[in-house]
Amino acid sequence: MTPKFKAQAGTFESSDIMVLIEPVSEEAGRQIDISSTVMLQFEDDIKNTINQVLDDLDIQNVHLIAKDKGALTPTIKARVEAAVKRSLGIQEGTM
Amino acid sequence: MKNALGVEIPEYIEGLGELKPFQGVWESIIGDEIPSTNIVRTLKAKKAHTSKLCGDLKEAIQKCNPFDGMTVTFHHHLRGGDGVLMQTIEILDEMGIKDITLASSSLTSAHDGLVPYVEKGMITRIFSSGIRGRLGEIISMGKLKHPAIIHSHGGRVRDILTGRIKPDLSVLAASAADEEGNATGAHGPSAFGSMGYADIDARYSKNVIIVTDNLVDYPCVPGSIRQHFVDHIVKVDSIGDATKIASGTTRITKSPMDLRIARIAATVIEHSGLFKDGMSFQVGAGGASLAVAKFLREDMKRKDIKGSFMIGGVTSYGVDMLNEGLFQAIFDVQSFDAAVSTSVLNNPQHIEITCDQYANPNNCGAMTNKLDVVVLGALEVDVDFNVNVITGSSGEIRGASGGHSDTASGANLSVIVCPSFRGRLPIVKDRVHTIVTPGESVDVIVTERGVCVNPSKPNLAAALKKAGVKVVDINDLKKEVDTMTGVPAEKQLGEKIVALVEYRDGTIIDVIRNVENLS
Repeated sequence: MTPKFKAQAGTFESSDIMVLIEPVSEEAGRQIDISSTVMLQFEDDIKNTINQVLDDLDIQNVHLIAKDKGALTPTIKARVEAAVKRSLGIQEGTM
Repeated sequence: MKNALGVEIPEYIEGLGELKPFQGVWESIIGDEIPSTNIVRTLKAKKAHTSKLCGDLKEAIQKCNPFDGMTVTFHHHLRGGDGVLMQTIEILDEMGIKDITLASSSLTSAHDGLVPYVEKGMITRIFSSGIRGRLGEIISMGKLKHPAIIHSHGGRVRDILTGRIKPDLSVLAASAADEEGNATGAHGPSAFGSMGYADIDARYSKNVIIVTDNLVDYPCVPGSIRQHFVDHIVKVDSIGDATKIASGTTRITKSPMDLRIARIAATVIEHSGLFKDGMSFQVGAGGASLAVAKFLREDMKRKDIKGSFMIGGVTSYGVDMLNEGLFQAIFDVQSFDAAVSTSVLNNPQHIEITCDQYANPNNCGAMTNKLDVVVLGALEVDVDFNVNVITGSSGEIRGASGGHSDTASGANLSVIVCPSFRGRLPIVKDRVHTIVTPGESVDVIVTERGVCVNPSKPNLAAALKKAGVKVVDINDLKKEVDTMTGVPAEKQLGEKIVALVEYRDGTIIDVIRNVENLS
């Protein structure tokens, strides 16, 4: 699937992550920009977690910007999933 | 050579001399003394009825005949508002003085301006109980010529008495002083409370300058610093930023995490066997630490407990507890907020003490040795109960040893309060990055996920379990936290030693190596 809208999920609070999604053209691939307060300690871990969620949701073409303040893995997964579903227009529940 | 904690300590460091490895908390005491050489006081004389007043700080410094390679010392009672240290360094630099050893009782955010003087080699050695901010970063990157020495508050007094630090010039700020040099921090527009750290400098420095923005009629009372140690007095317009010197009233944290940790810590104290009439108590001013005082205050009222004394690191919260009769006295080496100054000045039970009396390991009456309970913070702890309060998550210098190891060693019960992880970084490690306080002197670590009791205190663990406290093995806690956060990647460290952590007895407990990059 390919994101249609700009979307975001998360906050800039400590222990949270802000995820921004920007639609890109088909075949553009994944561009993931990460900044984190724990970059030195968890850069690979954050990248892998985000890629795993994108794989699960079958998102191949996207520009994803993540601004992390030390979120735990479940938080990262939830924020990425929410942002992606919003960008696809398929979110459920209240907004 | 390896010290008692297995840290490789160099035998000699160029510019700093021979080093002794840490052997254990009390190993330096042989019989009733710590064998060491003590320096003698500089003898000073002055003809009758001559003036000590100087036109400005530069004139006073010139009268002290500054020279290359000298040691300049300061106190840090002005905290983040200090305007005297930087001014002194700027004047010395204008005079072309080089190769300076800077020995301030601590360094704060007000001292980031030192960076260019360190980078160009005007300052080549630093002794301090704390280093923070940009200054900590550049020292961590290896920009200071010789490794910085991080000492404890008590250790600094010993460093001066044994000649490890030899003060040639001490520029001591006061919020009130008279023409002979009697000086205090207890009153005046820039009042900052106790002058406890400055006493040792005044007594043993070759040249003592008192700088004040408030020259009062003779005599200045109370004489926290006495006139017979003081060479010169300078009246300036300002000793710093009054709003940062006197930082209002310390408030109890609203963070639910800190409050939960504090509540558990207070329960630990209540069931430690020490919670009874005559108890003495010290608590830091940081989030969870100070919050312990809030719960202890409630518990003391509920159980009608009357304590003996508090020491510190005094906040207005401690003053309130004194005024409520929960404690008989406060011994005050450092006042943390503006409201405390009035109490130091007016309440005879609020006693200003020198750092020598507070924590010097080389005397027979340090207050820390009479302490029942101390509550302290931590940047990291490890499974051997060692505590790091000096280096951050990237290995950079960003904290303060302060009185941490002094109070932990003396107290019957030393309680460390810290969250089990902060912003995804686990706080419980296999080994802390830098040991400031050895596990031997740490009894309990309180986190939001459980309380870890040092295996050397099985009776305490049993008493806490009986009282319903969740006591957990620290290795299990570490595993639990690692599962949640993931295991952080190893730090990238260089080979160069950029700082030495001196234990309170003068031995070296750990070394800090340079960091390649900082996040």
